[in-house]
Amino acid sequence: MARASGTGKPSVLARRHFRLAVPPVSGVLRPRLVAVCAALTAAAFLVFCWGVSIGEVPIGPVDVMKALAGQGDPGTLLVVRELRLPRAVVGLLAGAALAVSGALFQTMTRNPLASPDMIGLTAGAGTAVVAGIVLGWDGGPGAQALGLLGALATAVLVYALAWRRGTTGYRIVLVGIGLSWICTSATDFLLARGGRFQAQAALGWLVGNLNGRSAADAVPLAAAVAVLVPAALVLGRLLRTLQLGDDVAAALGTRVQPVRLALMLTGVGLVAFATAAAGPIAFVALAAPQIAQRLAGAAHPPLVASALAGALVVLSGDLAARTLISGTELPVGVVTGVLGAPVLLWLLIRANRAGSGG
Amino acid sequence: MPTTHPAPHPDLRASGLRLAYGGRPVVEDLDVAIPPGRVTAIVGANACGKSTLLRALARLLAPVQGTVRLDGRALGSIPTRELAQRLGILPQGPVAPEGLTVADLVVRGRSPHQTWWRQWSAADERAVRDALAATGMTALADRPVDELSGGQRQRAWIAMAVAQGTRVLLLDEPTTFLDLAHQIDVLDLVTDLNRREGRTVVMVLHDLNQACRYADHVIAMKSGRIVAEGAPAGVITEETVRDVFGLRCQVATDPVSGTPLVIPKGRHHDGDTAMTE
Repeated sequence: MARASGTGKPSVLARRHFRLAVPPVSGVLRPRLVAVCAALTAAAFLVFCWGVSIGEVPIGPVDVMKALAGQGDPGTLLVVRELRLPRAVVGLLAGAALAVSGALFQTMTRNPLASPDMIGLTAGAGTAVVAGIVLGWDGGPGAQALGLLGALATAVLVYALAWRRGTTGYRIVLVGIGLSWICTSATDFLLARGGRFQAQAALGWLVGNLNGRSAADAVPLAAAVAVLVPAALVLGRLLRTLQLGDDVAAALGTRVQPVRLALMLTGVGLVAFATAAAGPIAFVALAAPQIAQRLAGAAHPPLVASALAGALVVLSGDLAARTLISGTELPVGVVTGVLGAPVLLWLLIRANRAGSGG
Repeated sequence: MPTTHPAPHPDLRASGLRLAYGGRPVVEDLDVAIPPGRVTAIVGANACGKSTLLRALARLLAPVQGTVRLDGRALGSIPTRELAQRLGILPQGPVAPEGLTVADLVVRGRSPHQTWWRQWSAADERAVRDALAATGMTALADRPVDELSGGQRQRAWIAMAVAQGTRVLLLDEPTTFLDLAHQIDVLDLVTDLNRREGRTVVMVLHDLNQACRYADHVIAMKSGRIVAEGAPAGVITEETVRDVFGLRCQVATDPVSGTPLVIPKGRHHDGDTAMTE
């Protein structure tokens, strides 16, 4: 099975790897990871098309694909591209962004519980956006900016409070959970004080909602994903040493604190833009990287597979939210929450069993 | 790693070193030069500053005062990556992420030699293969590190440090938590790395007799200062052991290795009283 192009010898990384070498470029390819990515891409694409096809006017899957490619009758084109596509695109990008952010935080802290939705980043973004809604600055770029500010402020607090001779994963989780509760309380306070109409709007947003997304929601998110996901992939190489602990990472030539700061900013940016566009969709950042990791049989969440898994989870969640109860559209966050809770429980039980809950 | 032109031996030394943890001074005004191409053991009682000194020699801890120099250059002025190509350190009790295989761990030792476009060169492949072979881990390459025994796990980590290919290798208590057979196994491996590949090794050890056996040079520390250093036979004497560890002992000659053998005395076992009774 093992094959190493360039040298003609079997790779030491027997069985699961192929060495690719076109000097000076070289790398390792894992067939299983490639297969997982291909399968997730295919599944996400199918669910994406399915999601676009359903609605008040059902459109056949073939027509959907045609319309996506810019063909078909003008009526179908309008419905697909103007009305339904933004929702699906926001779902796809938000899922990918949340999952990559989750993968970065989980790997960096070596703790699956240290995902941005657990350590208060989404809660912080939520508080800021709800404050905006209650104060009447509703929608669009205002919400994006507020979400970003909220997540960033919480991240700075987590980092500042957890910092002590470097930052360990355990402290980040504890501090983050504390801050998360503070933010949740602040949000509740705002909801209680706000007008009924605003509270209703804020509550709809808080459970994670793809209803009525427009291109205005998709564009900033798409721009953020276009910049931050490649940044995550470049920094991802350094995660492999960072994951061995600060001392070993430093011994292997990684500049631990600056790299960690860059990773945190990337992760915070991703989660902030996703949350601003789609609301704090529950559990995706926590669960999607873990799903990808287990599918790929890897020792840490692979970034590309995580992104695809995140997109698939949000798109499937939205599809289920729209079709499970006929006549009612649930917010997607309700479905991902119901699906995600068992994942969280499973992780907790496993961590306890391994005796490494921290 | 056979080299036709042996690289010049690295020169690692520190002068006027003052080290502190969170404002608490641990090492005061210390000068040390590591003998190149040899095995050095740092010994001393708990909290005497031996691990702190090792960390400072590897730049894991920045000195409050004084400088550590590698080949004449202050460590602080060497780019992180370049330093990692020349000096490796295995910290105490590293923990591998769950599910990480031995091969994947050892591959990470090549990080300082890789860039994002050159992630797996033929040199990387060779270095990993050699490191696995040198540490006897080839057969276990596909096993997850967290499923190995303590001794195998430590070998896997040493294999990672070996793959890093540095001329200087620092090991912080490489034998801690291992049973006696595995301790000897790891120390034999360290000797191989020194003799076959000419690597300069500095390690913190707890066991004086092992330090005497496996080190060419022993540094004995007490309260952040070097009390004695030199060849084991000159350093490990009854006086030094009493001074450094506060332990009365008799020093004999190790019948197997010919090096000093420390036989501790206690309140219930004292060679002198046994003789008089």
